[in-house]
Amino acid sequence: MTDTHYDRAPGYSSRTVEAGEATASHAGIYTLGLALAVILTATSFWVANTSLLWAPGVSLGLAVLAIAQMGIHLIFFLHITTGPDNTNNVLALAFGVLIVLLVVAGSLWIMGNLHDNLMPSAELMDLHMPH
Amino acid sequence: MNVAVTLDEIRPDTLPSASEAGPAPKRIVVAYGFWIFLLSDIVMFSALFAAYAVLVRATAGGPTGAQLFNQGSVAIQTACLLASSYTCGLMSLAVNERRRDATYLFAVVTFALGAMFLALELREFAGMIAIGATPQRSAFLSAFFTLVGCHGLHVTAGLVWLTVMMTQVAVKGFRPNVQRRLLCFALFWHALDIVWVWLFTVVYLMGVHP
Repeated sequence: MTDTHYDRAPGYSSRTVEAGEATASHAGIYTLGLALAVILTATSFWVANTSLLWAPGVSLGLAVLAIAQMGIHLIFFLHITTGPDNTNNVLALAFGVLIVLLVVAGSLWIMGNLHDNLMPSAELMDLHMPH
Repeated sequence: MNVAVTLDEIRPDTLPSASEAGPAPKRIVVAYGFWIFLLSDIVMFSALFAAYAVLVRATAGGPTGAQLFNQGSVAIQTACLLASSYTCGLMSLAVNERRRDATYLFAVVTFALGAMFLALELREFAGMIAIGATPQRSAFLSAFFTLVGCHGLHVTAGLVWLTVMMTQVAVKGFRPNVQRRLLCFALFWHALDIVWVWLFTVVYLMGVHP
């Protein structure tokens, strides 16, 4: 009797869905997610190939598009919400994002530093090359 | 007696919090546990991404990404994986409604699109190896094959898993535990698509761009 009703993500159904319009709307949510993902993917490929944009900004633009598409996937396909039954998932996701950022940014930072400070210069490398 | 309908009209702040609602249903707990696994898998991928990003310029005089990558093929691969993610979502809906025929149909489409993705990836790998761009050639290629190959292995595992799940649906029917496994499979498949979004962005699009 204590059948509580939580906030639900688009397309998410915790109990058997009644056939009919509910189904159509759920499939519609997946279709909406697909449409948004296709738009973002197409934009990514266009951004990477166009010469209209300021070249140094292209990588940043691609990263932003990828983050946006990741958000679309999380909400429309993986059904991450702010609902009470999803709090743990959101916290775990936040922790995962933190670790991923630490690993990627930390590696690039440290290895970039090592490369700049410890790599022998080009002339020095040539001395050892058996020509 | 469906309280859910009446609760819909109550303001959200009067809803009981998760802890007051009693133990979470098993499917929520299972999905949470699998979500933790997926995040740990993504953390592993982040290490491979970091290795690739560090080594992307270490071509040792060998071919660079701009010379090797074929964007047309990557675009088709992306379309395949995205479409298979969509049909996987439709399969989840069919599973919720316990519609066996629709489940099989969407599973077959998902499998076919995933297999097509794999075939294109293997063709790309074979083409690269044929021109001498093997993993042994340079640190860049080692990192590339590790990263992309690891994603390909995940897709392969997903295809095997999907086959196993369809057998379970055929033999056992829509039992609660089979439905939970199908839920986990859907999460896995969608998570692979997220990894692929970063793969085509970082490896193929940023790599081709000077």
